Amino acid sequence: MQLTMDDTDDSLTALHPNHVKVTRISAILFVLPFVIGSIILEVAELLPFGIFVVPTVLLAAFIVIRVPLRRYQARGYDLGNDRLRVVRGILFRHDSVVPFGRVQHIDVDQGPLQRAYGIATLTVHTAGTHNSSVHLPGLGNDDALAMRETIRAHIKRETT
Amino acid sequence: MVDQEADIEPAAASAEPLRKHPLSVVVAGLAGLQNALFPMAAAYFSMREKWWALFAALGIGLVIAVVIGGFAYLAWRRFTYIVGATDIRVESGIVSRTARSVPYERIQDVSLEQSLLPRLLGLVQVKFETGAGGDEEITLRYLSEDQGETLRDLVRERKDGAVIAIGEAASANEAAKEEPADVIFAMGHKRLITFGLFEFSLAVFAVLAGLFQYAETFVSINLWDAEFWRDNFADPGSAVASWGPAVQIIAGAMGLITLFIVGSLTGLVRTVLRDWGFVLERTAKGFRRRRGLLTKTDVVMPLHRVQAIKTKTGFIRRRFGWHALSFVSLAQDSGSASHDVAPFATMEEIAPIARVAGFAVDPQAETRWYRGSREFRVDAAIVDFCVLLMIAAGAAVGLTLSGLASPLFALIAVAIGALLAFRQMFLWRFDFNALGPDYVFIKRGWLAPKLDVASRIKLQSLEIVQGPIARKRGYATLYFGLAGGTLELEGLPIARAQELRQAILGSIAGTDFSELVG
Repeated sequence: MQLTMDDTDDSLTALHPNHVKVTRISAILFVLPFVIGSIILEVAELLPFGIFVVPTVLLAAFIVIRVPLRRYQARGYDLGNDRLRVVRGILFRHDSVVPFGRVQHIDVDQGPLQRAYGIATLTVHTAGTHNSSVHLPGLGNDDALAMRETIRAHIKRETT
Repeated sequence: MVDQEADIEPAAASAEPLRKHPLSVVVAGLAGLQNALFPMAAAYFSMREKWWALFAALGIGLVIAVVIGGFAYLAWRRFTYIVGATDIRVESGIVSRTARSVPYERIQDVSLEQSLLPRLLGLVQVKFETGAGGDEEITLRYLSEDQGETLRDLVRERKDGAVIAIGEAASANEAAKEEPADVIFAMGHKRLITFGLFEFSLAVFAVLAGLFQYAETFVSINLWDAEFWRDNFADPGSAVASWGPAVQIIAGAMGLITLFIVGSLTGLVRTVLRDWGFVLERTAKGFRRRRGLLTKTDVVMPLHRVQAIKTKTGFIRRRFGWHALSFVSLAQDSGSASHDVAPFATMEEIAPIARVAGFAVDPQAETRWYRGSREFRVDAAIVDFCVLLMIAAGAAVGLTLSGLASPLFALIAVAIGALLAFRQMFLWRFDFNALGPDYVFIKRGWLAPKLDVASRIKLQSLEIVQGPIARKRGYATLYFGLAGGTLELEGLPIARAQELRQAILGSIAGTDFSELVG
């Protein structure tokens, strides 16, 4: 009954495009204090103009524009017949596979930002010390709920 | 709270809320008093000029003791447990109340533990292990010894009942309970002493160093002050230097011998205290291990809970054929020593124990052992060397700037780096992995090899991780999701990592988790 799963990245499903927007907004919230700080330092006129603000703004733009897109492109998942594969990471590639038969429980979480954009995070918990919870953010909310039902149905069938 | 389940089966259950043994207040209070010692000392020394310093310190101690004792009493008053028909319920909390219920089916182990003080008072700590780990477990601290034993038997009976009730007669588990257990491993006094001598430990020196540091303010010896050592040992005219070379050598040798004797004795004492009367039995419910001289422990490890086995050895004891076997169990509590099943045994003794647990210590003859990736071997050596090279560069710059010593001393770090790189290149030859039909075998180490054996179907998840270098060079680390422990294979060729993952996933998919835990 089990299908073999190929280990290439071609078989991966991409996340919901809104995931990029949400991560960008989070990134903006993260860099904002630093940008404000650099502007204040500029206003204080301690050093010639641009010493603080230029590098900070460039770095902030990189974090807000480039990084979320690259991370989105690096992420992917594959819902097999009996297992879930989650791939993530730009520099460090993490490629996890959780068999449905080892899932202890499943969470679907939505933060306020995620709710506004209609996406959700699916988390599967296992009994293992390593990978005790595998997070899969950036799914369409309906997809996440459907995936939860699929995995749950599988667990039920195996158990009874 | 009325236990409705208990109403259905009133004969079996005591639905009365029970309290812990009253003396546990005393133990908790005394344990809390340790916390009072430091403030007392601090108060005394900060006010030692004044004649009333001692009284102030005692007063502070008294206040703390009363507060701690009061809280201990309140906590005892407000802690009740109910042994119901289907679960154990605990209600606790002085201000905010917590109610927790654990069904018998979810209780994996019931362990009894006695440390010194409770043992003198005839008390025992009862712990219900559910696999949740750490603070999530229910602990009854403390019951009387009889109560503890009764409760454990009761829980085991209930738990059996839950499993057996489907078909077999209830009398069957009565018989099973009384069945004499087979001793599968025990350590006599002679073995214990041999073991203790191998457990050479310099921990006592760490403790002494800590005490010295503590005492630094009161005594004029300052361990971390180079001046102290230089004055006493190195300077011409100092005590040691005036002894002459022969005496110096003899003194040095005596020092080493003392170190050896103290280290061996520490190891011996620690081992005897921990492993006195070590008995491992095979009971109807699984393995039962009892050990300890002052702190007695009695732990039951159900068979099907064993996820993996680990053997290790030391580079000297291996010459004499001694190895240690421990289990990785689903109901792992925090202490690492808790699942030692044969801490000092020959491989011939270990193999049968592993077999009882359903594991093999050797793959079948046709299974091939694989090595890690050659690229990983080289890269890891280079990385080791580069790290030390950077340290050397930093040290050279620092020494040049400060002028404390010749910058050539930085070459020591370079030499260490070369040594580490060579070690990495060399040790690679002793790292193996093999995939049998039922088990994953991982062997590591040259002088003191370690062997880990995990059951394929009992793994929970698999993850392949590649860093930037690893991706370019085609190797990866494979992490096994092991319940109650960690297991990984570093530096596998990517193809081998994927092959292992594919094969293991194939065997995992055939069984559900519930079939494993039973």
